[in-house]
Amino acid sequence: MLAYLVRRLLYALPILIGVNLITFALFFVVNTPDDMARMQLGVKRVTPEAIDKWKAERGYDKPLFINDAASGSAVLTDTIFFSKSARMFAGDFGRAEDGRDIAREITSRMGPSLAIALPTFILGLLVTVSFALLLTFFRASYLDFWGVVLCVAMMSISGLFYIIGGQFLISKIWRLVPISGYGGGLDAWKFVILPVLIGVISGVGSSTRWYRTIFLEEISRDYVRTARAKGLSELVVLFRHVLRNAMIPILTGVVVVIPLLFMGSLLTESFFGIPGLGSYTIDAINAQDFAVVRAMVFIGSLLYIVGLILTDVSYTFVDPRIRFN
Amino acid sequence: MSLIRLALLSLLLLVSACSSEQNDPYPKSERGQNILYSAFTDRPKHLDPVQSYSEDEITFTAQIYEPPLQYDYLKRPYTLIPATSEAVPVARYYDAQGRELPADAPTADIATSVYEIRIRPGIRYQPHPAFATDATGQPLYGDLDAEKLRGIEQIADFAETGSRELVADDYIYQIKRLAHPRLHSPIFSMMGERIVGLRELGTTLHEAARELPAGAWLDLDRFPLAGVSRVDRYTYRIELRGKYPQFPYWLAMPFFAPVPREVDRFYSMPGMAEKNLTLDWYPVGTGPFMLTRNDPNSRMVLERNPNFHGETYPCVGEPGDEAAGLLADCGKPLPFIDKAVFAREKEAIPYWNKFLQGYYDASGISSDSFDQAVRLGGSGDVQLTDEMRQKGIRLLTSVKPSVFYMGFNMLDPVVGGMTPAAIKLRQALSIAIDQEEFISIFMNGRGIAATSPLPPGIFGYLEGQAGSNPVVYDWVDGRARRKPIEVARKLLAEAGWPNGRHAVSGEPLVLSLDTTSGGMGDKSRLDWLTRQFAKLDVQLVVRSTDFNRFQEKIRKGAVQLYYLGWNADYPDPENFLFLLAGSEGKVAVAGENASNYVNPEFDRLFEKMKNMESDGPRGAERLAIIRQAIAILQHDAPWIFGFHPKSYTLGHDWLHNRKSTDVGNNTLKYQRIDVGRRERLRREWNEPVLWPLLAVVVLLVAVILPAAIGYRRRERGTAR
Repeated sequence: MLAYLVRRLLYALPILIGVNLITFALFFVVNTPDDMARMQLGVKRVTPEAIDKWKAERGYDKPLFINDAASGSAVLTDTIFFSKSARMFAGDFGRAEDGRDIAREITSRMGPSLAIALPTFILGLLVTVSFALLLTFFRASYLDFWGVVLCVAMMSISGLFYIIGGQFLISKIWRLVPISGYGGGLDAWKFVILPVLIGVISGVGSSTRWYRTIFLEEISRDYVRTARAKGLSELVVLFRHVLRNAMIPILTGVVVVIPLLFMGSLLTESFFGIPGLGSYTIDAINAQDFAVVRAMVFIGSLLYIVGLILTDVSYTFVDPRIRFN
Repeated sequence: MSLIRLALLSLLLLVSACSSEQNDPYPKSERGQNILYSAFTDRPKHLDPVQSYSEDEITFTAQIYEPPLQYDYLKRPYTLIPATSEAVPVARYYDAQGRELPADAPTADIATSVYEIRIRPGIRYQPHPAFATDATGQPLYGDLDAEKLRGIEQIADFAETGSRELVADDYIYQIKRLAHPRLHSPIFSMMGERIVGLRELGTTLHEAARELPAGAWLDLDRFPLAGVSRVDRYTYRIELRGKYPQFPYWLAMPFFAPVPREVDRFYSMPGMAEKNLTLDWYPVGTGPFMLTRNDPNSRMVLERNPNFHGETYPCVGEPGDEAAGLLADCGKPLPFIDKAVFAREKEAIPYWNKFLQGYYDASGISSDSFDQAVRLGGSGDVQLTDEMRQKGIRLLTSVKPSVFYMGFNMLDPVVGGMTPAAIKLRQALSIAIDQEEFISIFMNGRGIAATSPLPPGIFGYLEGQAGSNPVVYDWVDGRARRKPIEVARKLLAEAGWPNGRHAVSGEPLVLSLDTTSGGMGDKSRLDWLTRQFAKLDVQLVVRSTDFNRFQEKIRKGAVQLYYLGWNADYPDPENFLFLLAGSEGKVAVAGENASNYVNPEFDRLFEKMKNMESDGPRGAERLAIIRQAIAILQHDAPWIFGFHPKSYTLGHDWLHNRKSTDVGNNTLKYQRIDVGRRERLRREWNEPVLWPLLAVVVLLVAVILPAAIGYRRRERGTAR
């Protein structure tokens, strides 16, 4: 397994370089260093000299990919791409365009993002799997029919509606929790409840339908009939046999997103005033802060690769037949 | 069974926890305290006074830093008064030979102007570790490095703090910082033209910085600045090239606030920047408040500076201030509040709802909540809705010192130039675009149509017929009425475009507007604008682009029409009329005149006007020159004058001493809160509604019970 993991991690290297290259190219196709300087220096009283100084200060006065004026390896290394991207592979994300340390920002924002994303993920999984099993148990009954109708209705509604509706009903009309904001320590719970609840509810429709389909496929298999023939209760059949055998497709969709929980949610964090990584990314895009965008895309790619590897590893736990070669 | 018990216990705990104000977003420990609660939308980028220039930033910096001057809180028109200085400095003028000239000397004779500023002794800085000293008087934290900074993550982690008296050298040090090569002050270029020696200092510092390792401290005291000198411990002198009567306005901005050398040195020590321990993050000042928590992602906290030198609430205002209760605190020591908490609200809906719940003391009015907050009376007057009045909410309105306009690129062969035909074409379009309708439809009436670049409150702005634009409006029955569209059509025909077609070739007149639009709101505005042009059978092509591309087109003069706005730096007509000065041409010199408008007569009047004072014996003469200059602009029509926006802000009745001010920003010290009333009303407004919790339990039981019964029935039933 170790050899497999090492191999997968080595594969990740060219992927990360490729992602970096694409991010860099896309960013600079629509955004020149001059644009970035103007964005940072403001609109009023900005002179060409000020822009040149800003670019020189941050190394944006170099060529993008190839420095014809340099010689030797500097042709490639004395460029914006190399100087800005190579350090990230050593874990050095540098500074945002406003001078603040990106690694510190990421560290401080990871907590609030996880405070929302982790409970939403765990509770959401519990609720949707349980609901899907319930519908499977009552398959082809009125409960199943109306359950599916409810799921379709819920998945048809925009996530934004859940957020605004939830804030209106629970915070404004019923006044049960704060509308938005975030507090550290023990105070955090009252800010977390609403976004988590909304996150869980908004995901119920689509996830339940997906899991129900998986369970229905499993429940018609021979081993289920055998289990029932042995006299096992339907609950035992569902939880001990069907759920376990349906784990491969569930894990495929679930494990890969676990590392990405660190990245936070763009919409939820924005509406609930959660100072997490989702809102950090959005702020950076709006401010055309390439340093932060680059760092967040890099981390996102890295976490996605980690998620894929974890998914592969998790298969061995639920299906002993799977071995890494 | 244990699960059911656990659920019941949880429900019981939840219900018991749902005391009054369960939705309070603030810690319980803050209840009943003299704290003002506000919000900010965009995180401030810079809190260093040499860089900070945006509204998001000055909300904080203006409360912390004290430049020598400030604006009187109550008086209108805006009046400069001393902040840390003993008096508002008066310029002394000198000729090229260094001989002093009288105050009314001709501008051409004035080679330099000198402002001597004397600050009041005894003013002290807020407590800060940079001022902490050991028994021998040496800085306690004078040789920090990454190792010694272990365990220190924010300024509050330093065990010792100190303070010291404000001296003239601190102001001089900050003026030198304007030229610092790593700080990119937005006003360096402009001030480099004015302050003697500043540009040269910039060059010297640039060279010096190149020889130092990256990030190493540049000791500005080693580099003299010719035009700024120390007279004594409390007095310094600034020498400017020529005459610049607007300079005192700059002395009221944080750019000219003091920065102590030891603070600059403190923040430049190794390892500080890596922990965001910078002046840009933790400002240091003598103002009434100090920043004690800087988390621009969620919360910024200003607390009363224990060393504040003391100031009293003003006793004189403008007519109506007394009736509005704005003089009730006359002579009382400032500031009134102990703390101000600014929470970040990126979305308008949560911000608005928290204001209605009493968790913010004041709020603006977004378009979404406009109808809920305000209604327009039959005569166009603005009234609060019943819901707002019942809550005791008060409305403050003011016209902002801003102007929005549609500019013509005067370099364009069709709409530009100073030929009679081109002027008539621009005049026709000025009449056709109904700004009053725009304000009514798209701004909920929150603005007034502009007749010149000058907004109300700025010297030179005139009400009534004298202030009207005779090219666009007729004066009928005591009010301005936009000229009929037929007049515009006639002008268009005289311009060589009858019915929107070229008189000779018959080609349709197609004009392009460059803008930075996006989204539904902007689309509907542009559709409206297209219909305005269609009134003259002129076709409008809208070229929407992103902000950077738009700026690039403006810089290159690659636009025909464009939309822009300008917010005043200071309340002087020069700060608006320079937008059309020939010397500011965008294409020619990368200035602020985006229309590239050049009219020698306007330029002559502008040059004359900008060197005059509004008050004093030459005020009337200045006014006459401004009106002449405006008449030229109205005739040449390089802009279609758009509107001056009105700001509407709401405040709860427990918040006192609020007066709209769009120029002075150090207003926090004047605000007073009736904490008892706020607490009582918050409790009243935020009683939680608990029945939904019970309903959820009932609903769950209603779903789970039949399912459980069904399960049992199925499990016990016989096979079919």
